[in-house]
Amino acid sequence: MVNPAGLKKHMQIYLPIAEISVNAFLLLGLGGLVGILSGMFGVGGGFLMTPLLFFIGIPPAVAVATEANQIVASSFSGVLAHFRRQTVDFKMGGVLLIGGLIGAGLGILLFNHLKSLGQVDLLVKLFYVVFLGVVGALMFVESLNAIRKSRKAGGPVAKRRQRTWVHSLPFKMRFRTSGLYISVIPPIIVGILVGILAAIMGVGGGFIMVPAMIYILGMPTKVVVGTSLFQIIFVTAFTTMLHATTNFTVDIVLAVLLLVGGVIGAQIGTKIGLKMKAEQLRILLALMVLIVCGKLASDLLLQPSELFTLGAPGGH
Amino acid sequence: MLRLLFVTLLLALPTITPASEEVVLGMSKDKVAITTSFNGSEILIFGAVKRETPIPDTQLHVVITVAGPSNPIVVRKKDKWLGLIWVNRSSLEVDEAPSFYAVATTGPMRDVLSEPEDLRNRITIHNAIRSVGAPSDITDSESFTAAVIRIRQKAGLYQLLEGQVALDQQTLFRTSIKMPSDLTEGDYTARIFLTRGGEIISRYETSIDVRKVGLERWLFTLSRENPALYGLMSLAIAIAAGWGASAAFQMARRG
Repeated sequence: MVNPAGLKKHMQIYLPIAEISVNAFLLLGLGGLVGILSGMFGVGGGFLMTPLLFFIGIPPAVAVATEANQIVASSFSGVLAHFRRQTVDFKMGGVLLIGGLIGAGLGILLFNHLKSLGQVDLLVKLFYVVFLGVVGALMFVESLNAIRKSRKAGGPVAKRRQRTWVHSLPFKMRFRTSGLYISVIPPIIVGILVGILAAIMGVGGGFIMVPAMIYILGMPTKVVVGTSLFQIIFVTAFTTMLHATTNFTVDIVLAVLLLVGGVIGAQIGTKIGLKMKAEQLRILLALMVLIVCGKLASDLLLQPSELFTLGAPGGH
Repeated sequence: MLRLLFVTLLLALPTITPASEEVVLGMSKDKVAITTSFNGSEILIFGAVKRETPIPDTQLHVVITVAGPSNPIVVRKKDKWLGLIWVNRSSLEVDEAPSFYAVATTGPMRDVLSEPEDLRNRITIHNAIRSVGAPSDITDSESFTAAVIRIRQKAGLYQLLEGQVALDQQTLFRTSIKMPSDLTEGDYTARIFLTRGGEIISRYETSIDVRKVGLERWLFTLSRENPALYGLMSLAIAIAAGWGASAAFQMARRG
C-alpha cells in the first residue's frame, strides 16, 4: 500500500534547468491534453502549451525553448501516421523548410536582443495576441461561412484554385502530391514567417501555416496537415538547438514529461480528427485560438497585481 | 540522533577555554542535495550558550540568519504604454541581493537588536540587500528594493521569523528554517548572534552547501559545458519518443 501523502511527495519532480519543483502528473496531463488537440488539428499544440507553462510558473525563456523540443516529438509521432497514408508533400515541405530555417535564425536573434532589453515577455505575449487574434478570427468567420454554404447547397462548395497573384510570380515549380504548379516565393515567405514565430513563441507554427497553405498556396486540405507536421519537425529541431546553445534554456526533464503525455495524446487525436468534418475541426480550432488570445490580451490590458518583476542583469 | 548530538555538544563544553558567553552549534544538516525528487528542505539549527560566569541579569536573545549566494538583480517596473498596455518601462539594478535569506529571532527585532548593530552586520532583510546609485530618472528607488523583498517573501525565499527561535533557560536554543524548492545553488551562510540589550556579545558562522546531485547535476553541467551535445540528446529523446508512441499504437491496433 502506498499512502496518499507519500504518493503526493513522489509526484513532485525537480526540473534541473527551470530550477523549480513541479507536479509530474500535472505535466503528463497537460502533455496528453495538448497532444490530443495537436493530433486532431495537425498543429504542434505549442500555442496552447507555452502559455499553460507560463501559468504554472515555468520561466518564459525555458517554456519557449523546451516546448520547441517537445513539438519535435509530437510532430514526429503525428507525421508517421501521415507517411503511411501518403499525405505528405515532401517537395512542398522542403521548400517551406528552407524559409523556416531562415526565419528561425532571425527569430532567435530578435528573441535574444529583446531578452537583453528585458522586453522578451512583452514580445512573446504581443506575438501571441496579434497572431492568434487575426488567425482565430479569420478561421472562425471562414468556417462559419463554409458551414452555412454547405447547409444551403446541400454539400461542400469546391471552389479552389482560382488564379490569384500567387500564380503570376516567377520561379514556378511543380508539386505533384499537392497537384500545384506555383512559384516557390510564396511558400518560402510562409516558411520564413512561421520560422520566426517558432523561435519567438515556442510554437511549431501550424496554426498559421495550415491556413496559409489552404488559402494562400491553395493546397488540398488532405495533404496540408502531414506536410505542415513534416516541416515543423525540422524547424523546431533547429530552434531547440539554437535555444540550447545560446540560452541554455532547454529543460530535458520537463520536455520528457510533456512529450510522454504528448505523443500518446497525438495518436488519439489523429484518430478523432479523421472522424470529424473539416469545417467542424476548423471552427473548434478557431475558438480555442481566440480563447488563448483573449486570456493573453487581458494580461497586457489589465493592471497586473504585481507591477515589478525580477531578472538577472543582461538576460533571463 | 538529535539527542545524541546534544549530549556530545554538552559533554564537549567544559574542555574549551572560556570567553564570557559563546555559541556551540549543531545543525541537522550542513548539506542540501537537490535531487530529482527535491521539493524544498527544512534545516534544524540548534545549539547551546557556553559560559563560565553566572548568567547576567539582562535578557539573552538569539538571532539566526541563513543567506544564499548574493547576485545582482534587475528590478523592472511596468507602466502603461500609449495608455493601453502594461509594459516594462523602468528598471533598476540592485547590486547585491541574497538569493535566499531567512532571519529568525527570539523576539521582536528591535527588542533583540539595536539599529546600529543591525546596520553594521546587515542582519534584517532590508539591510541584507545592497543597492547603490539609482539612475537619475528613477526617483523612487526605495519602491524597487521593497519590490524585491515583497516578491521574494511571497515566494518563501525571504523570511522574517520574529520570535521563532526557542531559547530554554538562557542556554539552549533551536529554530527550523524551511527552504523552498527553487533554491539557487551555492554556499549558504548561517550566522548566529547572541545579544544582550540590543548589543551583539557573541557570534558564530558556518556554511551550508546547497548542490544539485546525481542526474540533476549531470544534466545541468552538460547543458552548460556541452550545449550542442545536450541539444542533440534532447532531440534524440524527442524523436525516439515520437517514433515509439507511433509504433506502439500501430501494434495495439493490429494486435
